[in-house]
Amino acid sequence: MLKGIKASDGIAIGVAKWIKEVEIEIIEMSFISVEDEKSRYLKAKEQGIIRLEKLKAETAEKVGSYEAEVFEAHKQLLMDTVMEKEIFQYLEKGHTTEFGYETVINKYIKMFEQMDNAYMRERALDLKDIKMNQIRILNNVEDNSPSLSEDMILVTYDLTPSETVKINKAHTLGFITEIGGETSHSAIIARTMGIPAIVGVGKTLEHIKDGDELILDGLKGEIHINPDKDLKASYQEILKTLSDEKASLESYKNQASVTLDGQVIEIACNIASVEDMPYVLESSADGIGLFRSEFLYMNRDHYPSEEEQFEAYKAVLEQMAPKPVTIRTMDVGGDKAVPYMQLEEEMNPFLGFRAIRICLEDQDMFRTQLRALLRASKYGRLRIMFPMIASLEELLEAKAILEAVSAEVPNASYELGIMIEIPAAAMIADLLAEHVDFFSIGTNDLIQYTTAVDRMNAKVSKLYSPYHPAFIRLLDRIISAGNAAGIEVGMCGNVAGKPDFIPLLLNMGLKEFSMSPDMVLKARKIVNHHQLNKEQVKEIYQLKNIEEVKAFLNI
Amino acid sequence: MIKVVMASEHGLHARPASEFVAKATQFDSEITIESNGNEANAKSIINVLGLGVQHLDEVIITATGSDAKDAEKALAELLGASHA
Repeated sequence: MLKGIKASDGIAIGVAKWIKEVEIEIIEMSFISVEDEKSRYLKAKEQGIIRLEKLKAETAEKVGSYEAEVFEAHKQLLMDTVMEKEIFQYLEKGHTTEFGYETVINKYIKMFEQMDNAYMRERALDLKDIKMNQIRILNNVEDNSPSLSEDMILVTYDLTPSETVKINKAHTLGFITEIGGETSHSAIIARTMGIPAIVGVGKTLEHIKDGDELILDGLKGEIHINPDKDLKASYQEILKTLSDEKASLESYKNQASVTLDGQVIEIACNIASVEDMPYVLESSADGIGLFRSEFLYMNRDHYPSEEEQFEAYKAVLEQMAPKPVTIRTMDVGGDKAVPYMQLEEEMNPFLGFRAIRICLEDQDMFRTQLRALLRASKYGRLRIMFPMIASLEELLEAKAILEAVSAEVPNASYELGIMIEIPAAAMIADLLAEHVDFFSIGTNDLIQYTTAVDRMNAKVSKLYSPYHPAFIRLLDRIISAGNAAGIEVGMCGNVAGKPDFIPLLLNMGLKEFSMSPDMVLKARKIVNHHQLNKEQVKEIYQLKNIEEVKAFLNI
Repeated sequence: MIKVVMASEHGLHARPASEFVAKATQFDSEITIESNGNEANAKSIINVLGLGVQHLDEVIITATGSDAKDAEKALAELLGASHA
């Protein structure tokens, strides 16, 4: 049995499927004649076409003809005459076919990636797939692209955002990754898709072989490899109760989120890209509490244009209207590096040049994002949020830039708020509250900065705890300061989605909880059964340690 | 040589590009497609995608060879017809 960090609850029973980037060393010069190398190329192309035709037929039958079309497009790319001519030029100079594929296809990948269009960037991924598979065929390396039939539990080192493009949602029962923590990209993706995941399992992951039967216990963070009959039966039992509970939550769909004492609460969603919208709408959330705009800046090699940003913000605002959408301005740096910004290597990235600090220096980029946001604001109810605010001066400077830009955009309408994720901001929350319409508490980083713990560092990650008494007191301080100033205080960090925390946060006066879509109904059920009890909040000041806080929240 | 306006909302991307190249390869003639001053080999998906033809762009299709007339007509029809 393996153990890991529980990233998204739920149980999965299925077949293990490793996703591994097979590293094949490319030999530049060929040992055989140009004629033989050419026929080697043609034979591999033939086999590539057969493989794609097989995949297309299998997909059409098992998934659908629409999905099968992608392999037709792959076939066309593979048989492209212009590319073939270029590859032949390399073969005539004595290069190997692998070298020809690598150089020619990389050129087109670069060209497609530079195009200002998401569709073309996806085609770059197709080209990468084709190159890897042809090189596999040339070196008779077995093709491990997941066959689409059986239901799979994906096992991988880490699930990068770009790999998720290849995940077939219909056949993915769960994820297991070697690295990462509760708030790593792969965990967030799993929660958004509402499927079980365990991350940070470490090197023991090697015990899992392709095809092993696995039980993935997302509740305890445990993985059973080739379980015996009784263990499997007991898990099937748990699976049943979980689905019954899910059915009982359905009655909360499209209901208002209101406490027993009549306080209207906003249960909202965190999203990282426009692709998450279907899950948000499906959850009937009351709004979007955090739209991480970084996805527009990542996985590419140049800044996103104002137009491209405008389209993304407009799409989300329109689909959610009239419900509010909180969009956080660019928060890059720390664990989210972006090569083309040429950010220097920093000793402490989390204490470094990132997010609002970059925006206040590179004001053209900041203005571009703000203009795109303000132009999109007439399509819905926009709330702009600045991340990493640590002082009143920073807030006022950023606000001045925003007001200058909004003068250039006719009838722009928006609310302005800030993330409270730095202890300094928490301590002067009363001063900051006068200049904004709302706060949103970013608990993930607030806990890190308050207790000086890097949540992704396996050596200390167990010290990272939302149940630390200091953090609980800080929450009370922020929420009270915001309420005293008459602004709305919300929360978009992981704590907002923890069921056992919701009652205390309601008693503290938190008005908005933003979480992953799969938690919305569970949270609404708790809110709609909650009776305000302000007295409870005073008791937190007697709690001395993590165990006492957990007991207080009856965990 | 024949001129036609790109009807499909997606421009010459996604399915339309795939269908366009598949149709072009059925003809023997040499066929080129030109848009915004760039030219591409109509039988190469890489070239056609690289052209990045947008919705409502005007394109010129030129075929030379035995079945040039039919090729131009068929391809123009394909691009002119609006795709759902």
